[in-house]
Formats: sequence, C-alpha cells, structure tokens
Amino acid sequence: MRFIDEYRDPEAARHFAEALRRITTRPWTLMEVCGGQTHAIVKFGVDDLLPPEITLLHGPGCPVCVTPVELIDRALELAARPEVIFTSFGDMLRVPGSGTDLLSVKAAGGDVRMVYSPLDAVKIAQKNPDRQVVFFAVGFETTAPANAMAVYQARRLGVENFSLLVSHVLVPPAIEAILSSPERRVDGFLAAGHVCTVVGFSEYEPLATRYQVPFVVTGFEPLDILQGVYMAVKQLEEGRAEVENQYSRAVQRQGNLPAQQLVAEVFEVVPRKWRGIGEIAHSGLGLRPEYAAYDAERRFDLATGPVDESSECISGLVLQGLKKPHECPAFGTRCTPEQPLGATMVSNEGACAAYYRYRRTPQSVTQEDAN
Amino acid sequence: MADDFTLTCPIPISRYPHVVMAHGGGGKLMHDLIERMIAPTFGGPLAESRHDGAMFHMENGRLAFTTDSYVVQPLFFPGGDIGSMAVHGTVNDLSMCGARPLYLSLAFIIEEGLPMETLWRVVQSVRQAADNAGVQIVTGDTKVVDRGKGDGIFINTAGIGVIEHDLNIDPRQVRPGDVAILSGDIGRHGIAIMATREGLEFESHIESDSAPLAAAVQQLIAAGIRIRCLRDLTRGGLSSALIEIAEAAHVHVRLDETRVSVRDDVRGACEILGLDPLYVANEGRFIAFVDPADADRTLEILRQHAPGGESAAVIGTVLPDETPGRVTLRSAIGVTRNVDMLSGEQLPRIC
Repeated sequence: MRFIDEYRDPEAARHFAEALRRITTRPWTLMEVCGGQTHAIVKFGVDDLLPPEITLLHGPGCPVCVTPVELIDRALELAARPEVIFTSFGDMLRVPGSGTDLLSVKAAGGDVRMVYSPLDAVKIAQKNPDRQVVFFAVGFETTAPANAMAVYQARRLGVENFSLLVSHVLVPPAIEAILSSPERRVDGFLAAGHVCTVVGFSEYEPLATRYQVPFVVTGFEPLDILQGVYMAVKQLEEGRAEVENQYSRAVQRQGNLPAQQLVAEVFEVVPRKWRGIGEIAHSGLGLRPEYAAYDAERRFDLATGPVDESSECISGLVLQGLKKPHECPAFGTRCTPEQPLGATMVSNEGACAAYYRYRRTPQSVTQEDAN
Repeated sequence: MADDFTLTCPIPISRYPHVVMAHGGGGKLMHDLIERMIAPTFGGPLAESRHDGAMFHMENGRLAFTTDSYVVQPLFFPGGDIGSMAVHGTVNDLSMCGARPLYLSLAFIIEEGLPMETLWRVVQSVRQAADNAGVQIVTGDTKVVDRGKGDGIFINTAGIGVIEHDLNIDPRQVRPGDVAILSGDIGRHGIAIMATREGLEFESHIESDSAPLAAAVQQLIAAGIRIRCLRDLTRGGLSSALIEIAEAAHVHVRLDETRVSVRDDVRGACEILGLDPLYVANEGRFIAFVDPADADRTLEILRQHAPGGESAAVIGTVLPDETPGRVTLRSAIGVTRNVDMLSGEQLPRIC
C-alpha cells in the first residue's frame, strides 16, 4: 500500500540500523515526544534495531495522559447531567478520573457520545436545540485547529447550545520544562511530526540553541523514526545542535498558516496543569474572552475543585522520560488497562499501555533491563 | 441479500405499518404474523407441524449444538444485515466444531414500532442466508418489547449440526509444528459497520465479509486434512482468536504480520482511525490449525471454497516453547513482539 509499505520495508530498516551503528561512538539518550511515535516504536520493535548505546525515552506527547484529573472529573460531572450531551474523541472515554471514567458514566445513564471530529459535535448541537452539547477539547497543537473551527463555526451559525471543555496543551513549553530540569537525561529530541505540520518548527530553533540539543522533526512510520534517530545521532556525534526536518513530506518550517490563524483567533496561551507533572507556564490554550460564551467551565456551575492524583501512579515520571513503564512497581499488577491507576495505561498513545500491550513477556522485560 | 427479494410483505402494511405489542401478545395478531409471514417463508416442520418444537430423526454419531445472539446496529449494512448475520454466525460456530450444520432455531425480540417492512426484509434475508448455507430454520419464537426497550430487533439463533468424521477438532489438539492458516483477508466487517454507524465516508465502498464457512470446512474434512482446530474470527478479531487457542492449547503461536492479508481500503481506514486490523471484527473468516504436511492442500481448498479465499495464507506456526499460552508477532520490519488481548473495544485515537 502506497505511503505505508515503503516506510515499513525491513531491508531499508536494516540499512538504517547498520548506518546508525557505524556512526555511533558513545551513549546517547533521545526522547521521542509524541505518544504515537512511542506506540510505533514499541509495536514495530524499532528500538530493537538500535545499537545498544542509544536509549529512547518516551515523552509527554500523549494528550489524554496529561489531561489533569480535575478536568476529567469535570467532564464526568458534566456528562452525568441530564441536559448535557457530552461528546469526546474515543481515546478519552476509558481514561480514569479520580473515581470513574466516561464509559461508566454512559453506562449509568449519561449521554456520552464518541465523535470523530468536533464539527460532528456542532452538528449534534444543531439537531438537539433543547440539549447542551459539550465537546471535550483535549490535545496538542494538532487538534487545536479543528477544535477552534468548531467554536468558530458554532458562533458563525448561531449554535448557542454548544461549548468546549478545554484542556489544550502545547509541546514547546513542555520540552523546555524537561530541558531545564536538573534531572535532565535527554541529549536530543525527535519532535512530533504532526504537531509541526500545524505549527512548523521555528519555535524549536531557540530551544536548540539555548540548550544545545538537536531536534529532528520526525514522522510516525518505523523508517521515519529510524531516520529521525540517525539524523539526531549524527548531529550529536558531530557536535551540532540544530533543528532538522525528517518529515519533509508533511512538514514545512512555517507550518500551516491558515490553521495557525484560526487557532489564534479562537484561543489564547494560558498556564496549564499537566497530569503527573504539575503546572507549566504558557503551556496551554484557553478560549479568548470573545469566545468565553463557548467555555463549558463558565457556562456550567461545576462543583469539582482541585483533585489529588493517585499517589501510586508514576505516570508523571514516565511522561518526563525519568522512568520507563515497567520500572513502576504497579505495572501489570495493580495497574492494568482494566484497572488503570493512570491515563498512560489506557490511552492509545500512553507509554504504559504500549509496554503492557506489546512487551509483557518475561524476555522483553529482561531485554529492556539490559538496555 | 435482503434487497433482492421481490415478494411483498404479506401483513397488510396499510393496517399495521409498524410492529405493535400485540404482534407478540399470543393472540390474533401474533398468529397472523407467524401464519402469514414467518411460517410460509421457512416452510418445513415450522410450517407443517405447528408444534411447540421441532422433532426430527438424527443419524447416529456426534452432534454439535451452539447458540448466539445478534444485536448489530445498523440492522442493514454494506454486505449484509442482522438476518443474514444471525444465520452465518451460528452456521459458522457449528462449522468450527467440524459439524455439518443442519437445523437452526430463530427467535426475534422486536421493539414496538419497528416498521413491518423492516421485519419482512430481515425474515427474507434469514431465509436466503439459510438456503445458501444449506440449513433449515425448524423452530422459532417472536416477542415484542415496549418502545425504547430494544434496539429495533434482536435475534437469537441456535443450531444443530452432525459430525461425520473421527477428527477431534479442539484447541487442545494444537501442537508444536502445526501451521495456522487464515481463510481470507481480515477486517472488512468491523470497518463496514463502523463506517455505516458513524457516517464515515471513504473513497471505496467497504462491504462486510459476513458469509457461511460451512462449505469450505466440509471440503477440508472431505479431503482428509488433519485439522487440529478451527476458529472463526469474530468481534475480537484475529488476535483474540489466536490468543484463545494458544491459551487453551498451552502453546506459543508465532504470527507473521506480513502474511496476514488486509485489503488496501481496510488498511487505509484502520490507519486513519488508529485501529489495528488484527483486532477488527470479521464475520466470514476463520483460522485453521493443521498438520504442517497438509498446509499446501489446505491452502488450495480454501482458495477454491472459502469466502475471500483468494487471500488465504499460512500466517503462523506453533513453536515449541517454555512459556506457553502466548502469541508473538514478527513485525513488518522483522522484529518480534507480544500480541495481547484488548480489554474492550478499540477506540479511535485523538491525533
């Protein structure tokens, strides 16, 4: 199949792995930022092809995983209201709040609907003028344009029974938080290709210079990731710290300007709390005052205040690349996809879910430990 | 298919355009529904004896007996409908026991208000599917529930088949060295249903693979293939079927991802939605574990007789292993990983 098979070719993969071995002279630690990349790495076994000197750490790029517990609890509170139709991307439905999840609220009678696009939620609002339709707007820069478009359209069409519960997060501030941490282990980054499709990659240039780390904008197929690792290691071995673009078939330096304009029209940068990590300045998007009428947190009188996170879950450390999933004592025992302690165990982009699904065998854990 | 029928509904639509509670109430309306719509459609003992159950002679030997309930939404989807599915599913379960399916029961739970025309289309589809699969509907039941307490129509079918050979077809018969052969391409049913349910539009039209597997299995048996185990792939997809067998047989199954056939349009849809075709539902595909010496003949038979059989392939082998009960996969780039059962339905990803 075009655009798929050529990026999964075993011969080419071996070729890249061999080239990588030739240029690697010492240990390097790279972080892939996006959870989609983490899953591709673990699912296809990309890390098994890397020389032993190279360690991949899994970054914070799982939107579901970093959504704070109190926002999920607010979502649950909203979804349980009889006047509300609560709409969400599928991946959010199984993520636990402090007590339950959206699928359980649905089972208990809440009107929770999975949508594929926030614009579908606007349509649901048009079809149900006597109900309140709330869309759970989570995600990074990738989903922000579509969510902005939903609010923009709702206002243009006069759909007043539509609102967003916003938990948008931004990648560069999270990377800067990781870089400025005293516990920093990362020598270079594979930047998330899809985020850069929207925002471009000029924002990484000052970070590369200030912290002297290479960034390689990387795609999601096995060969993309191998090539991204190769480019990052080559920079490190040559003592360079630049922003390079591996994913040039989708990403341009300036990104998608109309999408950026739409996001800027609807959203503004705000501080945002990240689950397991804490508040990061300038790291989120919230609705601008002109669109405040579409903010579910303003529209509804919500009882949920700040919520404590599970003390046993180490997802914050996993999301910052400080621990690997199987280093958690609860991994696979007290924390499973059926009984998750944190979101990283249930999300399609969560590192713990990837390890649980693809690596839960005695050999693989031993192999990991050897790395 | 349900759309092909030419007869018109025998219940006068002008009087009862929708199913009402009384159609399940045991009185005149229910009698009419059975006498005028259901009994004439199926004929045989159901029409002739008017008994509380079907009675028939069976040949000596082993029988297989199974039941399944069908609650699919939408009721009609590309490539099938709830009626044909209710026949195929039960016929396939009997086939997986190595049985020749003979008789099915058919029970409807109908929601008040269902258009009579819809019921008629479903009944006709059941009839066509039963004819195609070579089985008879011999007994049945009709209940009507209040509006809002059903989802249009639910169907239960139970089936009886005869086992006319001495093979012991059972997951516990699977042993190291056996090969796993997949009868066709996977994922069509799940994607067809999802696309219809969610209004997703793709460039090409993906139809369900819902089909009876009885003929293909009977051919394998007639050819003397040393079958260890058969399993049809349903909701949990290929992965769940393999894991269930590996666990029951205490063996390690190694799957070669590149040998599993997935049509390009299904693959594309899965890529867009973030779904793994190995976990997507099927209704007309099965996996056969056979003696390795019979692999080529099995493939030949499946290619001729199995629905979608042109893509039949050896997709895995059973390894001698110290950690049995698991399935591993050799990925497209040649690395081996674990295959796990999902805790629930696959949910599309965010970005």
